[in-house]
Amino acid sequence: MKEKLVVIGNGMAGMRAVEELLEIAPDMYDIVVFGSEPYGNYNRILLSPVLAGEKTIDEIMLNSVEWYAENDITLHSSKTIVDIDRRACKVIADDGSEESYDRLLIATGSNPFIIPVPGHELPGVISFRDIKDVDDMLDASKAHKHAVVIGGGLLGLEAANGLMLQGMHVTVVHLMDTLMERQMDSASGAMLKTSLEERGLNFLMSTSTEAIVGEDHVKGVRFKGGLEIAADLVVMAVGIRPNMALAQKVGLHCERGLVVNDTMQTYDPRVYSVGECVQHRGETYGLVAPLFEQAKVCANHLAKMGIAKYEGSITSTKLKVTGIDLFSAGDFIGDESTEEIVMQDAAAGIYKKVVLKDNKIQGAVMYGDTVDGAWYFQLMRDGTDVSDFRKSLMLGQAHLGDSGHGGENAAATMADTMEVCGCNGINKGEIVQAITVKSLFTLDDVRSHTKASNSCGSCTGLVEQILANTLGGDYSAAPHLKPMCKCTEHTHDEVRKAIRVEHLTDIPSVMNLLNWKNADGCASCRPALNYYLLAAWPAEMKDDAQSRFINERAHANIQKDGTYSVIPRMWGGQTTPNELRAIADVVDKFELPEVKLTGGQRIDILGVKKDQLPAVWADLNAAGMVSGHAYGKALRTVKTCVGKTWCRFGTQDSTTLGMDLEKLTWGSWMPHKFKIAVSGCPRNCAEATIKDLGVVCVDSGYELHVGGNGGIKVRVTDLLCKVDTEAEVHEYTKAYIQLYREEAHYLERTAPWIERVGLSHVKKYVLDDPENRLALAARFEESQKYSQTDPWAERASEGVAQHEFVAMKEIG
Amino acid sequence: MSEWIEVGTIDDIPKLGARVVKTAKGNIGVFRTAEDEIFALLDECPHKKGPLSQGIVHGKRVTCPLHNWNIELDGGEAVAPDEGCAISYAVKVEGGKVMLFTSPTA
Ligand code: SRM
Ligand SMILES: Cc1cc2nc3c(=O)[nH]c(=O)nc-3n(C[C@H](O)[C@H](O)[C@H](O)COP(=O)(O)OP(=O)(O)OC[C@H]3O[C@@H](n4cnc5c(N)ncnc54)[C@H](O)[C@@H]3O)c2cc1C
Ligand code: SF4
Ligand code: FES
Repeated sequence: MKEKLVVIGNGMAGMRAVEELLEIAPDMYDIVVFGSEPYGNYNRILLSPVLAGEKTIDEIMLNSVEWYAENDITLHSSKTIVDIDRRACKVIADDGSEESYDRLLIATGSNPFIIPVPGHELPGVISFRDIKDVDDMLDASKAHKHAVVIGGGLLGLEAANGLMLQGMHVTVVHLMDTLMERQMDSASGAMLKTSLEERGLNFLMSTSTEAIVGEDHVKGVRFKGGLEIAADLVVMAVGIRPNMALAQKVGLHCERGLVVNDTMQTYDPRVYSVGECVQHRGETYGLVAPLFEQAKVCANHLAKMGIAKYEGSITSTKLKVTGIDLFSAGDFIGDESTEEIVMQDAAAGIYKKVVLKDNKIQGAVMYGDTVDGAWYFQLMRDGTDVSDFRKSLMLGQAHLGDSGHGGENAAATMADTMEVCGCNGINKGEIVQAITVKSLFTLDDVRSHTKASNSCGSCTGLVEQILANTLGGDYSAAPHLKPMCKCTEHTHDEVRKAIRVEHLTDIPSVMNLLNWKNADGCASCRPALNYYLLAAWPAEMKDDAQSRFINERAHANIQKDGTYSVIPRMWGGQTTPNELRAIADVVDKFELPEVKLTGGQRIDILGVKKDQLPAVWADLNAAGMVSGHAYGKALRTVKTCVGKTWCRFGTQDSTTLGMDLEKLTWGSWMPHKFKIAVSGCPRNCAEATIKDLGVVCVDSGYELHVGGNGGIKVRVTDLLCKVDTEAEVHEYTKAYIQLYREEAHYLERTAPWIERVGLSHVKKYVLDDPENRLALAARFEESQKYSQTDPWAERASEGVAQHEFVAMKEIG
Repeated sequence: MSEWIEVGTIDDIPKLGARVVKTAKGNIGVFRTAEDEIFALLDECPHKKGPLSQGIVHGKRVTCPLHNWNIELDGGEAVAPDEGCAISYAVKVEGGKVMLFTSPTA
């Protein structure tokens, strides 16, 4: 018989945990849900846009009543649980009905705090928490004129804005002298106040409420000092308190909230809790992003996988008042130990402040231009050292490196018809539509439903912005420690470490040891694992062909029609009449449809059928050519210019140096593709400064440039150093490549890798520490011993992997 | 005419891999899972006809090599949120021999 899971509280956190559970262990429990409210689960965040008339209740439903039925979940709506018998393991509802459980999940959210001033119980005094409150406010706005909102925080301002849009005259009363003082500093708070006043809101700052006046309905509000103003509706939005009355009553340990450990378990091991009712490591949360992280961890333990840990969250805030952009996160006030960078353009209504400690972002607050909020937040959560780009930090992410297609448009100002994802032809409207209709919350959701950001990924930042803007609230960007893929909770770095420390040499051992959720992984983790094993144990590891993407398995690029392209290596971009003749002969002999020059200084033969590949390779091999690895996460091309042999400006023999570097590095598998170029002088005809490694020859030696990218987002290289001799160029090349091979995440080019770890990190290991440089170079040489065999020759004439190329059978 | 035809042995197909049977009506991919279950699909992805036999096999699914759709080996259905269905064929293994039924499952 299945075990039974009872959930108390049909809100955002509880249901998110149930959804996560259905995802990973759909058949484990009979699930019964109790909720006080008479609905399915709805998106509470979007009550503000509903009040403002921008959305309807139907549009904010997350799980309809039908959804529960479809998933075999029993939903008791309009039933409040009033008692729990923990000995007998059952819950008791307000109508007397009972339900027994094997596991219990308490997700009762929180209660709005009502200031107990005289008159607080009068009709017409309400809070802003649920659909009923919104209905009450909408009714009041139809019948009455004057509203007072007590509390100038996020909720209060959203309520005030909504009521104003419904035609009421609204006064916001705030105890402090800064609005949203927990999210804003005084400068940005003042700007916010000015723009809200321009829209028609009235404020009473530094004012405390003494009484609510009226006989059988609210008539007005009186403040300390005697001022009294008329009011037909009073909204109290002064804060929330974790709703833990039930838990306290049944003796579960509570402090400021219901206390849970890192697995979201309360002091009673059968009872879990998530959401605003929870206190974890002394913190309570009032935004959905952390609650969703809790829900994920809780589901993992309910499913008895027992590997996830919740370690607390850092949150960020955004106000959902259409047309007002503000963002804040972390500690944006600072103290003696911090520094701050401020950028302000009062006329343009823009204010940005970033607080740094030891060159790491502690917090940020932005007003007017919040495009880079998500970026600062990411840097903050990752604890990224910003010294390498501190100068341009305030200019935003678009100014990091260089311009390119990468997310430079501000999502908010984009028209619905503008294209966001150029690979899949998805425009902004389609993404917004999917987010609202299908209730998507995360980047992954948007990727799988719309395909946006699913291909080259250059629009990821933009999609995240659209997601944040559409959800209005704060949404959960990738958790700060991103698991490798859906098959595991572990990050790339954790997996690489386990492979090294535990001396794992094959994929099944990694998956076993790290509790992979799917027996043989997926198309995303298997290639990554195969590479990590190969990079760690080049001699021992046995390459797993079935874990390689088809291009690397067939050693050619698959094309849209299922044929392949063949690009032989042309060392340093040089070729010979013999090679050209052999290529021409192959094209004629196999009647291949197209030959073209590539962007990488070599020749591409297109339209080769898979079963022709070995014969084509055999002919190319016969003329001395080997695989160009144009298909691999591997060393690709080494482009060169003619250099001093011919060129009147050439300072060194760049062509030979390039050929030598290619002989040194070819065949090497990498986290992603790797390109090198060598230019003979600073005119840089080989475009060395947009390569993963670029050598620019000068009269006195060789400049080594790293981390360039000419692709999706152009990034100009950083100068690593200048060396005097070709021997040094070789040594530094080997060390730098090996550092990248050992440290970068799978599918991370050198440009994003260096932006993640910082150029100073690379310098530390490759430049400043000669011993380490030599050790890295030695490990590279060792690994090259196993990779410099031509995969084409093995298949064309040594009989390797023939099953790839011949049909199993031909019939009919 | 439809019939069961022997197309080879189970060991001809790599674990977590596939082989192609060429027919007059197009290629059929014959897949083998980690548990040695065998499935057969017409070698055309419901998306843009990518050759499914060239994809990465995991669980009872294959990821298409062209745009990463996941396809259920059993029945050919695309995994949600993608929508579509690859044509599937009946296969059975008898004494290590793989038998393929030459007309598609309705
Ligand atoms: C053949 C070639 C185009 C050509 O006809 O010239 C080419 C073809 C492809 N490129 Fe490229 N790239 C080619 C030179 C380039 C260059 C230019 C260069 O190398 O100097 C660049 C920009 C430089 C750079 O990489 O920084 C380039 C940046 C990309 C990118 C973007 C990479 C990035 O980090 O931003 C991708 C997408 C990816 O790798 O994820 C890509 C991906 C591709 C793929 C593999 C797309 C795919 O997954 O199927 C194309 C394979 C077509 C095929 O089957 O042959 N190709 N690609 C060029 C092969 C060069 C060679 O001799 O090996
Ligand atoms: C107007 C508004 C705007 C907001 N805007 C944002 C925003 O922009 N960004 C953001 O991140 N967050 C925002 N929030 C906060 C966010 O909505 C909450 O953090 C989130 O909904 C909390 O989820 P929960 O499951 O813990 O609680 P809830 O969603 O409140 O769910 C708890 C449910 O349990 C029920 N319940 C309680 N006790 C019992 C019982 N004994 N028996 C049965 N049922 C019970 C309650 O009726 C309720 O339905 C906003 C909240 C409001 C009200
Ligand atoms: S070759 Fe490169 S630029 Fe051209 S279509 Fe393919 S991926 Fe795009
Ligand atoms: S053709 Fe298969 S995913 Fe596009």
